[in-house]
Amino acid sequence: MTGPGYNFAYLDEGTKRMIRRAILKGIAVPGYQVPFSAREMPMPYGWGTGGVQVTAACLLPEDRLKVIDQGADDTTNAVSIRRFFERTAHVATTTSTTAATVIQTRHRIPEHPLREGQILVFQVPIPEPLRFLEPRETETRRMHSLEEYGLMHVKLYEDIARHGTIATSYAYPVRVEGRYVMDPSPIPKFDNPRLSDCAAIQLFGAGREQRIYALPPHTQVVSLDFEDHPFDPGKAPHDCDLCGAVDSYLDEVITDDRGGRMFVCSDTDHCTCRRAAGHSGRLAAPLPAGRA
Amino acid sequence: MGAVELGISAGMKPEGPLLSVRGLTRFYGARIGCADVSFDLWPGEVMGIVGESGSGKSTLLSCLAGHLVPDAGEVILATGAGPRDVLAMSEAERRRLSRGDWAFVHQNPRDGLRMGVSAGGNVGERLMAVGARHYGDIRARATDWLERVEIAAERIDDRPSAFSGGMQQRLQIARSLVTGPRLVFMDEPTGGLDVSVQARLLDLLRGLVREMGLSAIIVTHDLAVVRLLADRLMVMKSGRVVEQGLTDQVLDDPQHGYTQLLVSSVLQV
Amino acid sequence: MIRISDLSKTFTLHNQGRARIPVMAGASLQVAAGECVGLVGASGAGKSTLMRLIWGNYLADGGRIEVGDLDIVRAAPREIIALRRATLGYVSQFLRVVPRVPVLDVVAEPLRVLGRPAEEARAVAAGLLERLNLPSRLWSLSPTTFSGGEQQRVNIARGFAHPYPALLLDEPTASLDAANRAVVLEMIAEAKARGAAILGIFHDEGARAQVCDRLVDVTAFAPRGVA
Repeated sequence: MTGPGYNFAYLDEGTKRMIRRAILKGIAVPGYQVPFSAREMPMPYGWGTGGVQVTAACLLPEDRLKVIDQGADDTTNAVSIRRFFERTAHVATTTSTTAATVIQTRHRIPEHPLREGQILVFQVPIPEPLRFLEPRETETRRMHSLEEYGLMHVKLYEDIARHGTIATSYAYPVRVEGRYVMDPSPIPKFDNPRLSDCAAIQLFGAGREQRIYALPPHTQVVSLDFEDHPFDPGKAPHDCDLCGAVDSYLDEVITDDRGGRMFVCSDTDHCTCRRAAGHSGRLAAPLPAGRA
Repeated sequence: MGAVELGISAGMKPEGPLLSVRGLTRFYGARIGCADVSFDLWPGEVMGIVGESGSGKSTLLSCLAGHLVPDAGEVILATGAGPRDVLAMSEAERRRLSRGDWAFVHQNPRDGLRMGVSAGGNVGERLMAVGARHYGDIRARATDWLERVEIAAERIDDRPSAFSGGMQQRLQIARSLVTGPRLVFMDEPTGGLDVSVQARLLDLLRGLVREMGLSAIIVTHDLAVVRLLADRLMVMKSGRVVEQGLTDQVLDDPQHGYTQLLVSSVLQV
Repeated sequence: MIRISDLSKTFTLHNQGRARIPVMAGASLQVAAGECVGLVGASGAGKSTLMRLIWGNYLADGGRIEVGDLDIVRAAPREIIALRRATLGYVSQFLRVVPRVPVLDVVAEPLRVLGRPAEEARAVAAGLLERLNLPSRLWSLSPTTFSGGEQQRVNIARGFAHPYPALLLDEPTASLDAANRAVVLEMIAEAKARGAAILGIFHDEGARAQVCDRLVDVTAFAPRGVA
């Protein structure tokens, strides 16, 4: 017991064991959605209840936790989940990708390559990639079991027919080890190549939908496409205005009401580390004291 | 044009029947759905099944197409690897069959189409389901098929919800035939359509059946439809086949009392 | 080519007190290749019934009907369909077609089912319609609204589109004017010359005399005690 009324990391040991079993099954069958009996968490659905439960089941007292929301460590969602585990598990927290052992994320994969021993936990709103065209859960489960994935390409076909190119830019469907089609959660397709052959364990938790799925280290993950419309991760034609990075995923920031704007790394840790190392972009200001 | 070539076995003409049905029986509790139905369907043959509502014709079609599990009987399909009992196949095999080698045309096009997907996507889905991964090819094949069923190519990106009932039904037919199946099941294919639209659809179906050498089983209660489309006719009553034979012979010289009643009950225009 | 022996037919009307109506017994006749045989007998004597039995449209009770190598009485539906496709032609008095299909395609259809290309089949159809003096402005219309004589010529064109080795003709000249009647008789003579076996019903005595090699009176085929 680490606090009055709460077990370590909020969930009771029985629940954590149940979630770990689901995680192990997910790792054994990469890309397969394992049902689990998600608990009510002290936060609303859509705020990462699935990810929080997976993180809770993975955390050890010696872990160092990082939480990001769209790449940033300092947004409401990231801050409150980080505080939640500081209070219920008393684990150390960090904003550094390299220093963290467990990283819970919403909608991004950190820019810095992950290493063996790290766990990346994704928050997933809708785990079923086929739901867009086939709303019946009984039918989509059967389609997964029989590997009937033609429908997934219908979605991409509709994109090209309507927009001239595959316009899906986030939650871009992937095929895992040539078997299961998987929704990578709403990460930008820019991050899709990082899913494949990753040294860390990647876990996906959907609380409302009560599903967990996983990618063990070095899993082959291929983004779906057509022969004549190959997958393109895309990259905004700008550099980071703060750290000058040419290869990172950028956020557009409106700076005034006269059309002024700047582009900055969505991964705040990445940007801060680069600036600390002396890189600087078009609009770089001096680093605030005490960061990095 | 590719559709015909793609037909997994369109060029293959088995020596024997394409489909051999033996003793097919399905109960609903104590009530008979269909009982002891047996027939052979040969390559290129179109068979009609007629009977009034509740005669078991739709139950029979559902059992044949694998939508319902019969209580007894065999459905032997000639395949490239020899005769196979469809009912003994795994679900995966049967569904593979229903994506390529055979097709089902529903009475209500909404049951056979994805209403939220464009016409091209509806036709292309079956191609993608059997592995097509070249957008340009898929689109070209879809365009070709829309034209074959007399839907203007520029409607390819419209959703079926923007189509008339007759167009929806023609779209469903294009979607069913694009993979060049050998066998097509049709459940009242002209059922919900205006008479004038029916005629055009009948002519279209006749042409496609002839060009593609299709075998088809058509369930309908409309004797005029079977006379124009079917080579052979099976008459069902209370779940049993009471008479079968050459279509015009069964209609013009019916042997069974029920068929005589059915034929003499048709309103003359 | 056509050999009929000991053929019998009875209609049973199940819904009218199971009434049994015998219409034919012990019918026998033969038509050789290149021969035209005319059926005669009073109206209702069974001429059309016999034609329909040979066509497979009526089911015989007993006996044999051989067309080429096939016994129609015992044949499977698909064998009869194959026979109708390639071997046996039939010009009936009624035209039954899919509504809205143009005349040209109606006439071309027998060739299309034999696998002939559409253009070639249409060319043959056009030639026949022209010969039968059906104005070309009608070719793109459906024959369902045509006059009796026009429908008859469409039927004849269909029946002669493919050179069937055996032909059944039911009143082929009934509603035709003199010029078209002459064309049809000429076409029958040509069919005979190429070796077709023809069985016909001709009320038109002049036509009968001109094309028939012999006549068979179907009154002899009536069941005893009925005629």
